[in-house]
Amino acid sequence: MWYYEKKLQYPVKVRECNPRLAKYLIEQYGGADGELSAALRYLNQRYTIPGKVIGLLNDIGTEEFAHLEMIATMVYKLTKDASPEQLKEAGLAPHYVNHDGALFYHNSAGNPWTAEYIQAKGDPIADIYEDIAAEEKARATYQWIINVSDDPELNDSLRFLREREIVHSQRFREAVEILKEERDKKTIF
Amino acid sequence: MSHTNKKYWYPYVSPYDPCKPITVKSYPTPPQLYMGFQPPNLAQFETPKQALFHGTLWPALYSKYDKRGDET
Repeated sequence: MWYYEKKLQYPVKVRECNPRLAKYLIEQYGGADGELSAALRYLNQRYTIPGKVIGLLNDIGTEEFAHLEMIATMVYKLTKDASPEQLKEAGLAPHYVNHDGALFYHNSAGNPWTAEYIQAKGDPIADIYEDIAAEEKARATYQWIINVSDDPELNDSLRFLREREIVHSQRFREAVEILKEERDKKTIF
Repeated sequence: MSHTNKKYWYPYVSPYDPCKPITVKSYPTPPQLYMGFQPPNLAQFETPKQALFHGTLWPALYSKYDKRGDET
């Protein structure tokens, strides 16, 4: 189970109403390499992974939900009280007619989130390597979003999230080293 | 620098597990995990036929895989 702390992992400040930026950011909400994919991937893989790395998947998967909330907050603030006309100008008319101002799990092109974005292969090496790749792809996505964003306060939060991807990648790489270690050799066959 | 092709772990077994618990589980750790950049002049199989059948020129990269349960 989880305990909930009613605060964000890192503050989210948004300088101006900017639905277009929200359209780009939604990639990290419901996109293939987004935070929802990450959280669900890790928390699902943990059941069948060797005991030594279950805790890592548990902790990182949980943190991904904290990131998901931050992204949701950003998207919400960027679009809150925007007029239908403003949303239309930002290319969000299709989103508006389907969802009004509600958030939804899709990528910036409007494709709904799908479980095909994630995998649980059951082979510990394959699963952890997928996780490393996912962290690097998320890091890249943050870079490209920062490149198209000129909101300095939002970019500060995005840089925090990019840094967390780096730390997670490092931890998953350490998990591979743990899985490679020769200890716990089977002595009786 | 030798390594095993397979690792074993001992999953937690609950007193309430309905299926008969498997107390030792294994997973493959094939050689590419350990090699880094392949060293030059790595020993090759003795005959081309052996290499062909193994799928690699180099015994150090060969990973035997047995059907689960057939392990010796």
